[in-house]
Amino acid sequence: MAKLERYHSKKFKEITSRALIYIILIILSIVWLVPFIYLLLQSFTESYDPTNIIPEVWTFQNYINLFTDPIYPFGRWYLNTLIIAIITAVLQTIITLMTAYAFSRLRFKTRQAYMKLILVIGMFPSFLGMIVTYFLLQMIGLSGSIFGLVVVYCAGAGMGYYVAKGFFDTIPRSLDEAAMIDGANKNTVFWKVILPLSKPIVVYTVLMSFTAPWGDYMMASYLAQGKQELFNVAVGLQQMMSKGRDIQYFPQFCAGGVFVSIGIMALFFWLQRYYVEGVTGGAVKG
Amino acid sequence: MSNLEYYSLTRPEKFFYKIGSFFKSIPLGIWKFFKKTPSKLKEFFKKIFNPIINLFHWFVRGDALTKLNFLVMGIGQITRHQVLRGLLNLCYEIISVIFIVLIGAPNFTKLPTFGYVSSVQYETDEAPFIGYMYQDDSFKILLYSVVSIIVILILVFLWYTSIRDSYELQQLKYIGKNKSDKETLKGLVGKDYHKVMLSIPTLGIAIFTIIPLFFMILIGFTNYNSNHMNPKELFDRVGLGNFQQLLGITGGQNGTQFALVFVQILIWTLIWAFFATFTNYFLGMIVAIMINKKGIKLKKLWRTILITTIAVPQFVSLLLMSKMLNTDTGVINAVLRELGIITQNIRFLTDGILVKVTIILVNMWIGIPYTMLMCTGILMNIPDDLYESAKIDGASPYKMYMKITLPYMLFVTTPYLISQFVGNINNFNVIYLLSNGGPIFSSINGEMITAQVFGAGQSDLLITWLYKMSMGEVFKDYGTSSVIGMVVFVVVAFFSLIFYGKSNSVKNEEDFQ
Repeated sequence: MAKLERYHSKKFKEITSRALIYIILIILSIVWLVPFIYLLLQSFTESYDPTNIIPEVWTFQNYINLFTDPIYPFGRWYLNTLIIAIITAVLQTIITLMTAYAFSRLRFKTRQAYMKLILVIGMFPSFLGMIVTYFLLQMIGLSGSIFGLVVVYCAGAGMGYYVAKGFFDTIPRSLDEAAMIDGANKNTVFWKVILPLSKPIVVYTVLMSFTAPWGDYMMASYLAQGKQELFNVAVGLQQMMSKGRDIQYFPQFCAGGVFVSIGIMALFFWLQRYYVEGVTGGAVKG
Repeated sequence: MSNLEYYSLTRPEKFFYKIGSFFKSIPLGIWKFFKKTPSKLKEFFKKIFNPIINLFHWFVRGDALTKLNFLVMGIGQITRHQVLRGLLNLCYEIISVIFIVLIGAPNFTKLPTFGYVSSVQYETDEAPFIGYMYQDDSFKILLYSVVSIIVILILVFLWYTSIRDSYELQQLKYIGKNKSDKETLKGLVGKDYHKVMLSIPTLGIAIFTIIPLFFMILIGFTNYNSNHMNPKELFDRVGLGNFQQLLGITGGQNGTQFALVFVQILIWTLIWAFFATFTNYFLGMIVAIMINKKGIKLKKLWRTILITTIAVPQFVSLLLMSKMLNTDTGVINAVLRELGIITQNIRFLTDGILVKVTIILVNMWIGIPYTMLMCTGILMNIPDDLYESAKIDGASPYKMYMKITLPYMLFVTTPYLISQFVGNINNFNVIYLLSNGGPIFSSINGEMITAQVFGAGQSDLLITWLYKMSMGEVFKDYGTSSVIGMVVFVVVAFFSLIFYGKSNSVKNEEDFQ
């Protein structure tokens, strides 16, 4: 009897702990999702009222206004960001992977010193030299165009090699050696042997470099120098929410936020597997 | 004490032993440092003098072409089958000499005073009636000088290698052999492949990171600010003036106030980095453990919900949060009032202490899903039999967490923790978009602030303060901001060095392969 009782109490404990976990998870889910549901709801409201969470009158006007508002050309910002993101994704991925491969696979005299140098440079605040960067862009004639941002992003791409290097480190070296014995040179090894095996990390790097320009505020706002036609979505929507117009424009901001988020969210769900792999691997190997 | 003896100690004994050995190691370290210094110095001088001796050696033994190579870079290579390399060297020499003569030299001569005259005013007939004729721009003079120095350094390096190669080719010729461009090109996909792979990244980092950084460090020793800017005035060297300002050594009462504000911001930066890193890490891990627990259903749903929040760009969630938390117009205050929980609006982002709590909480909301995602992957790698044997031995879940899960996670994710900590010290977006550093310091220790503190706010991190004083719309004080940047560097470097050496994946890099 006593045994059975103990068994029951154990089972009871198990059930309560599970129930507790479910309750916590549900609460967490609510906490995490409610702000975004609020964002979505507010994007359909006519005008902002803090006491109204669910809009009284539902309207699509905010989404239409986004693209017709003469003061805040959201369409232009969106296009800017999209162009920057696509070009950056391609170039940055190539540069990052090249650097990672060199540090992971090639052995040369200055390798350790170079890696340490990148580590040390990375410790300075990234925008400390921004006035010089702007001046340099002016010299090559890119200060008044969105491609200036592309150049700046790609120039720094070599410094973000850590995750990809960690991945390359796990690919057995014997593969390289086998290919070399078959007469391949190091160039072919990289393009024909290593890269095809590295699909997860390639996808992860593309995803990261594509999404980063959408959220960059600091660099983009400085290089735009207040010119609206050079804004990206982050700078643009931040502008929309400042200068005392935030209440009037809040629904429009929500619509913009939803518009930006949906595209990136779709991308994340599509490539979720690779993203998770990259995050886990990156954390382990730093 | 041997290892075995050490392990037989009790816990407090171990603790004291460690403390004791720490203090013992300090004089030992100093002694070692002084013992090693002479040999290190010798090595250092060897490294410097060797190239000079080499050059002398090559000049004496070199034939006419090698000797000519001292003057005309690459001539020794062009005449000995390495036409391409020789021509490239020659081209660089010509371009850099033209650059130095036309741009470098005039700027160098102005460098001691950063130019002579900033601008000359003259009268015009049109509206403002005053025009400026720009003369010297200190910014450009310093920048071009920095670029020239780099051009010269590269020139010296290429000059050295070109003479070396020329002499080598000469030697090879004696024994009837030669090296041509073909071999160089072959080397580029073979043993020199790293040069190909790293050329573009290096160029990018050198131009857009190293030059600006080097320049800004120099700016830290000048008074470059909105009063000393083209066309108004030239800027000037102030030596360590900016550092003294930060430490409150100069400037009387105002100076002390500035230093106090700086210290406050520094302390908050460290507190923030600590809490932001560890709250996210541990709570994210706990959420991951809950989702991973056997018997919990809908694992995919929970994970998807959290990934959704990662997918929304950070600036959207942050701006949204800052509006929701607004004291007068925010929805959270409105709802709490409607429900009758509060009668007075809570000043989430405008109260000096509350704002810090709010920021850390919002950061948890943003960061936990990411940590959760990372932890689930790693948790699944912990072998199940570890837990099973612990269970058989009667370990409680808490004990299993402390003895198995946590050590394993800490062991594996140290590099992640370091990068997170460093990233949080430099976490610009969360603070800037959420509170913009506010509320502004109005008094410190009950004393009105009269010093120029560049709009420093109570929730400002060093990095956002730096932004305010140099990149923002109001202030442009590059000299001070450069010094703050150096402080950030020192703080980050300090913490990185402490942890970096302890990380296993760094120590045993080659083990992975």
